Amino acid sequence: MDPYCLKKLNQERLARHAAILLTDLGDGRDRVVREGDPVAGPLRDAINQAFLSGTSKVVEIEGRSFFLNVHLPPPRLVVIGAVHISQALAPMAKLAGYDMEIIDPRTAFATPERFPDVRLFAEWPQDSLQARPFDRYTAVAAVTHDPKIDDLPLERALRAGCFYVGALGSRKTHAKRVERLKTLGLNDEQIGSIHAPIGLDIGAASPAEIAVSIMGEVIKAFRARSVQTALRLEKTA
Amino acid sequence: MISHNAPEQILDPLLVAEGWMAEGRDVAIATVVETWGSAPRPAGSHLVIDEQGNFEGSVSGGCVEGSVIAEAMEVIKQGQPRMLEFGVADETAWQVGLSCGGRIKVYVERLG
Repeated sequence: MDPYCLKKLNQERLARHAAILLTDLGDGRDRVVREGDPVAGPLRDAINQAFLSGTSKVVEIEGRSFFLNVHLPPPRLVVIGAVHISQALAPMAKLAGYDMEIIDPRTAFATPERFPDVRLFAEWPQDSLQARPFDRYTAVAAVTHDPKIDDLPLERALRAGCFYVGALGSRKTHAKRVERLKTLGLNDEQIGSIHAPIGLDIGAASPAEIAVSIMGEVIKAFRARSVQTALRLEKTA
Repeated sequence: MISHNAPEQILDPLLVAEGWMAEGRDVAIATVVETWGSAPRPAGSHLVIDEQGNFEGSVSGGCVEGSVIAEAMEVIKQGQPRMLEFGVADETAWQVGLSCGGRIKVYVERLG
């Protein structure tokens, strides 16, 4: 392995960027391909597929063997709101392999007693986001119902190209939210990508059932996420 | 499966390899490139080895690491990458095998 490639790969990984280390198994030469980098020729489809699936594998192209080692940042789930749904969601996210955190400035809600096994930040989202900004491998679910708390992280999530942005609230509540987000300068495509009402339509009624529907929707979005769409949204931001 | 090689983990093999390189140690990187059956570590997993035989990471559940380390020390000396294959324990083919019944291919290369 080229020492320069190793350094570059580690840099990308530490910065939470998706990257593939491409090794020609015939001659041992390697290169780092970042997500969104243009790739010419027959390797392009294999690279795009590998970024989407996250699965490392050997591909045979024109008689040569390449190993594609995919390094995706671990997906994060940031929940705005330390509510009943979030209590049910925390263990589910953990089981599904998601790194979850909860942000809620209302200290009556955000207590360690209610959330023993999850990273909890009893602070305003703008403060949390300064330390831990959203990225394309972050899912954001806003569940407080309070525009003072939910709106800013929703705006930031859309601008950061998060692979999932969901917001709790009825259609009527969401219609008002859409108007507010428009005045913040977000375009129709960005606003249209919000999952609202939040969660897959499984007829969820209890907080735990709603948590299941949210987790399912996050997983679906992660598996189907389109690199191109995310890059386009990022550019127009 | 979601990959969980969070780079902030202290024992991340690729960060360890970079650190060793910075200290002037000779390093080999072993990578699982293909698996069949119930292999314990997925393709992409790393074991990194230095010229003294120190290592970090894993390519199996501990079944074949010893053999990979020995090969890696040869690769460090000679510079040519090698492809190793390990299968179900079978003395006619291999001295070491995977007790789980899987089969893996491990690519071993020198860093630099």
